[in-house]
Amino acid sequence: MSMFPLKVRGAQTARRGKVLVGPVDLDLRGAGTTVVMGPNGSGKTTLLRLLHGAARLTAGQIEWACDEVQARRDQAFVFQRPVMLRRSVLENLMYPLRMRGVARPAALVAAERWAVRVGLDAMLSRRATHLSGGEQQKLALARAMITKPQLLFLDEPTAALDGRATREVEAVLRAARDGGTHLILSTHDLGQARRLADEVLFLLHGSVREHASAQEFFNGPECPQARAFLRGDIVE
Amino acid sequence: MKRMIYAAALMVWAGGAVAQDVMRMAVTTSFHNSGLADVLLPVIAQDLDLEVQLLVVGTGQALKLGQAGDVDAILVHSRSAEEAFVEEGYGPHRREIMYNDFVFIGPDDDPARISEAKNAAGALQAIAQTEAVFVSRGDDSGTHKKELSLWRAAAEEPAEFGSWYKAVGAGMGAALNTASGLDAYILSDRASWLNFGNKGDLAILFSGDPVLFNQYAYLPVSATRHPHVKAELAEKLEGWLTSARAAELINGYTVSGETLFSFNAKP
Amino acid sequence: MGDLWAGLSEAFRLLVTLDSDLVEITLRSLQVTLSALLIGSAIALPLASFLAVRRFRWRRGVIAILNALMGLPPVVVGLVVYVILSRSGPLGVLGLLFTPTAMIIAQVIIIVPLIASIAHQSLRDLWSEYHDLLISMNVTQGQKMRTLLWDARRALLTASLAGFGRAIGEVGAIMIVGGNIDHATRVLTTAIALETGKGDFALALGLGIILVGLAIAVNLCIHWLGRTEQEGRW
Repeated sequence: MSMFPLKVRGAQTARRGKVLVGPVDLDLRGAGTTVVMGPNGSGKTTLLRLLHGAARLTAGQIEWACDEVQARRDQAFVFQRPVMLRRSVLENLMYPLRMRGVARPAALVAAERWAVRVGLDAMLSRRATHLSGGEQQKLALARAMITKPQLLFLDEPTAALDGRATREVEAVLRAARDGGTHLILSTHDLGQARRLADEVLFLLHGSVREHASAQEFFNGPECPQARAFLRGDIVE
Repeated sequence: MKRMIYAAALMVWAGGAVAQDVMRMAVTTSFHNSGLADVLLPVIAQDLDLEVQLLVVGTGQALKLGQAGDVDAILVHSRSAEEAFVEEGYGPHRREIMYNDFVFIGPDDDPARISEAKNAAGALQAIAQTEAVFVSRGDDSGTHKKELSLWRAAAEEPAEFGSWYKAVGAGMGAALNTASGLDAYILSDRASWLNFGNKGDLAILFSGDPVLFNQYAYLPVSATRHPHVKAELAEKLEGWLTSARAAELINGYTVSGETLFSFNAKP
Repeated sequence: MGDLWAGLSEAFRLLVTLDSDLVEITLRSLQVTLSALLIGSAIALPLASFLAVRRFRWRRGVIAILNALMGLPPVVVGLVVYVILSRSGPLGVLGLLFTPTAMIIAQVIIIVPLIASIAHQSLRDLWSEYHDLLISMNVTQGQKMRTLLWDARRALLTASLAGFGRAIGEVGAIMIVGGNIDHATRVLTTAIALETGKGDFALALGLGIILVGLAIAVNLCIHWLGRTEQEGRW
């Protein structure tokens, strides 16, 4: 059963009385790639965490089309700095499946298939923490995708990577999107946004200033701060 | 290799367990240090098919163990405490088994000249007058109680002594170690002294006064108060300890050529 | 100096002749301490993991108490266990006083806070690393605890070894609850105390040297087992 459409109504998260993000109103129909953009400190990471359920909802609602337990199971999160379990690459890949009760042989087959897909099949028995930054992020991506989530959050996944690794990660992301997974990706790399986005959320001071298709946004955003942002000006 | 280690671990757990009657007896440190137990216990095991497990403690703790019912019998040497034990109903009776004697130990050069004393009281008075360093057990044991009663008999009060009187609160061996380290005087039972390995400059300086005789008595623990105690085994052991066979072994036991114990149980 | 040499040669003599009493008390030392270590680890490690993962009201208090109990005086533990297990104590009917079981109980009480405290420190660090990932993967509390325990197993081995070190060299508590009975509850440490009391320093030192050697041997052995497991894996 699909989690979409997602309806967000007046959602906000606050800590010690200070509102970090919100109120946010949003409708996501669940196809393609949503790129979240905005200057540093605009609340991109917090918005992703809020939608994912990792930041506390202090007001408003986030409504999935299915029940919440299933919605939580059907999404995954890739962090800017990948978190590697202190295990082998293979064990890292199998971990989410094993935690869901998938038998070891089946998990093994899936893990090997995903390792091939992200080009890590030659280093299955290496310690994950010994991989390079790019390899770690590809592993994190494969580990997130192995449970076939309907929704994948990515928080600036290539911010710490060089050009080649970035290109490899983007290729995996495109394949995931074409495979039917909805991606919500935050980035401040304009080029990456242009390459991947189907639609754009522009964030400023914790609230959504513009929600438009990629074409509309990049050709002429409505709000003046977004125009300034696209020109490369400093936006405050 | 790994398997060998697991096998070794298993063997560690499997060790022990012998099918035989077992009883527990609390004995005083001085009795145990004499080495007599090592002679008696194997013979008891043979004659009675009985394993006697010894808890080696001070007389005070031995009586406590009996009161709590944690042992089946006790073998101690402190008459008044033993009689109180029986009176309060913790044991059915008290049976005298044997005696040995206490001796005064001190540095070879004997600064207090106790070797010239006429009796035990005189020896103690000499120590108190010269304020020579004296180590006391200070642990409420039978030996400690004996020492206190000797001081009183000599009209001296240990509570009023200065820093030359050192109550160490330890067993006989530890107290002897301390005395050896300090070149001090100390009261010890003869058996513990003869078996003691760290004599240093110490030697026996005074002995032989009849008040220094040290009576050992056997007290079974009351089965009416503690139904779980092995009264039958305790009775069997009492029978053996008062037998002619025990008399022969006890009177015949020597250390460095000296007889330590005199059997005096009445049949 | 003379005593030390005598101790060394005594240790050598005991080892070469495989003295049967020595073998017996050494095996009993191992039996008591390894049992206590197994039971203590089975309690302390999940507890440490629980404290790392769960946020509950008295968590800080529990951790503070555990840290304080690390320095628990063994004599006090021995005395309390003694009073409880004595025939006139609350658990007297079990008849456990002056048995190896009583010694194991006392040692478990002594080492659980130590193992739990050390384990908690490394698990807490690992948890701060894993926190976001495991939360996002939506795993259960039990799975979190097990993941931490498994991935920190080498650090936990060190925590357990610290517990072993404390238990194998402990004398105060097991002397009180075991009673140092020959052929029943005598172990290396209580035998050393006994021989020291008799003034037989050579034998006491010899036993001491064997005790230290045993502790080192077990440490090396466990480390070695841990390493072969690692090599098989990576």
